[in-house]
Amino acid sequence: MADLRVCIGDLHFKNPVTAASGCFGYGKEYEDFIDLGKLGAVFVKGTTGSNRKGNPYPRMVETSSGMLNSVGFQNKGIDYFISDIYPGIKQYNTHIIVNVSGSTIEEYVMVAEKLNDLEKIPAIELNISCPNVKEGGMVFGTHCPSAIKVTTAVRKAYHKTLIVKLSPNVTSIYEFARAVEGAGADAVSLINTLLGMAIDAEKQKPVLATVTGGLSGPAIKPVALRMVWEVYNAVKIPVIGIGGIMNATDAIEFMLAGATAVQIGTANFINPRVTVEVIKGIEDYLVEKDITDVKDIIGALKIPG
Amino acid sequence: MKKYIHDFQIIANRRINTEYFVLSLANEKKLPEIKPGQFVQVRVDNAPNTFLRRPISVYDVNYEKNILYLLIQVVGEGTRTLSELKNGEKLNLIYPLGNSFSLPDSEKALLIGGGVGVAPLMFLGRWLTEQKKEPVFLLGFRNSELQVDIDRFRKLGEVYISTDDGGAGEKGLVTQHPVLHNDTLDISMVYACGPDVMMKAVALWAEKKNISCEASLENTMACGFGACLCCAQETVQGILLVCTDGPVFNTKELIWQI
Ligand SMILES: Cc1cc2nc3c(=O)[nH]c(=O)nc-3n(C[C@H](O)[C@H](O)[C@H](O)COP(=O)(O)OP(=O)(O)OC[C@H]3O[C@@H](n4cnc5c(N)ncnc54)[C@H](O)[C@@H]3O)c2cc1C
Ligand SMILES: Cc1cc2nc3c(=O)[nH]c(=O)nc-3n(C[C@H](O)[C@H](O)[C@H](O)COP(=O)(O)O)c2cc1C
Ligand code: FES
Repeated sequence: MADLRVCIGDLHFKNPVTAASGCFGYGKEYEDFIDLGKLGAVFVKGTTGSNRKGNPYPRMVETSSGMLNSVGFQNKGIDYFISDIYPGIKQYNTHIIVNVSGSTIEEYVMVAEKLNDLEKIPAIELNISCPNVKEGGMVFGTHCPSAIKVTTAVRKAYHKTLIVKLSPNVTSIYEFARAVEGAGADAVSLINTLLGMAIDAEKQKPVLATVTGGLSGPAIKPVALRMVWEVYNAVKIPVIGIGGIMNATDAIEFMLAGATAVQIGTANFINPRVTVEVIKGIEDYLVEKDITDVKDIIGALKIPG
Repeated sequence: MKKYIHDFQIIANRRINTEYFVLSLANEKKLPEIKPGQFVQVRVDNAPNTFLRRPISVYDVNYEKNILYLLIQVVGEGTRTLSELKNGEKLNLIYPLGNSFSLPDSEKALLIGGGVGVAPLMFLGRWLTEQKKEPVFLLGFRNSELQVDIDRFRKLGEVYISTDDGGAGEKGLVTQHPVLHNDTLDISMVYACGPDVMMKAVALWAEKKNISCEASLENTMACGFGACLCCAQETVQGILLVCTDGPVFNTKELIWQI
């Protein structure tokens, strides 16, 4: 049996396969389908300083090999998370990582500070890349000085593993990766959704109530792979690869491009068991290739010439 | 209720008319309890542009024979691909999903369906008869050609029909049907499933008559089990999810988005 363990900063994952934020609820939505304890980690929903209603309906439209969503940060806020959600999920035998979202630096810091005290939350993922909120969110992720500012501020306030989630809606994503590495991030995760839109030609109207939304699913995989590879070559901290992973081969491709771990998002909607199937598939691949340690495939891409 | 992912086998694909067909699905495992109003998420294989699963209401269940029935209208690639399934082929479902209709106080209840919205009413009607209630159906279709399984509905209760062109039953919308305007109908509950405009009209009628009204909504869904928050519905209690809090809502709760 191959060794599937990987490390993100000081944090040990039993395997590189995790569930992406916003696609896995708080984990319990999947309890009927899989044993959550098998996963490397679960990234739970974007959590903000206070209750957010999210965006108006329609919030979703299917596209070629993917979907656009404009859910926004529908959540009941960090205090509700601590009082009502955390007690129910802290017994999961996997790392629960909270995706921290906000509109202002103060909001990010406030949420991060409150998460310090939760024993079973070993890390946060700073979401500076959501395309679905008017102010904040992506602004921090597409303007390098802002990305540095928010990462620095949260780094000061938060004492455990800090992962920063990068936006693909920029020209040079590796510059942002380097910038947040310099500001104290322990790891980066990428990519968040790509900004897109859908139009109903019959009605001559946008399909989503917010006009634009975030594209996810296999449609974005080539872009995500390229970005993971660029970032892997630019920083020393671990990279978590995300974007259109539907099966083990996709996950392995991300690892070859340099990802230490992967997150699976949209695929869970179609196959709620995809995460555990990917773990098994990676294991089979390693055995077949006679590789004893999954860490040996991280960044192992062979580029001819 | 525990949710399952199972491969079912197609044991019949019955074409009803140019638009509708019924799939009969069998499973080796014993079917869990399924409630009227609940739906399944169907994975559509071999349809390149159909990425997400398709939500389809449970049309009927035969527990003795362990068969699940789906009534489907062909509207796009996903449903067209399903319409071409052959006996023996597999269909992967996540089920049972969503909440269910509630029991009326009165002996009789009115079940109003428009188009493919009649789908959940067969199973609801059967359940009502099992609960010693009397379902009365009012079913609306564009024309007589598109009527669905009227004989089967008749076995469960009285059936009234409306068609847009008057080819069968009364001409006009279901809400114009005389049965809604005669006061002998002694009911405390009306169930509605169909286009939003129809459900809204039924809800208004019910409100005027002081009758409770439950509607089954069809907001677009990505997951169907509460994980994506895409199927949001504005209600008096704030945003609720059609896939887990619904699809059945008391219309008093709804803030209609049309
Ligand atoms: C809870 C629930 C229960 C449903 N039950 C049934 C059922 O029992 N039988 C049945 O035939 N259909 C049912 N539907 C609708 C069904 O899911 C859609 O018709 C189907 O997803 C269309 O897929 P498609 O690939 O064929 O069409 P697409 O190519 O996806 O769409 C074709 C056209 O259909 C419209 N459409 C797509 N999705 C929906 C939707 N969710 N509601 C209304 N219009 C839609 C689109 O606007 C488009 O114009 C239900 C939907 C929900 C949410
Ligand atoms: C419905 C939906 C909601 C999402 N919500 C969040 C969120 O709250 N925070 C976040 O950082 N990313 C969110 N994402 C982005 C995913 O975590 C992931 O980065 C993206 O979908 C790409 O991966 P995928 O192609 O595997 O889905 C969301 C994605 C979807 C589809
Ligand atoms: S469809 Fe995903 S939450 Fe309802």
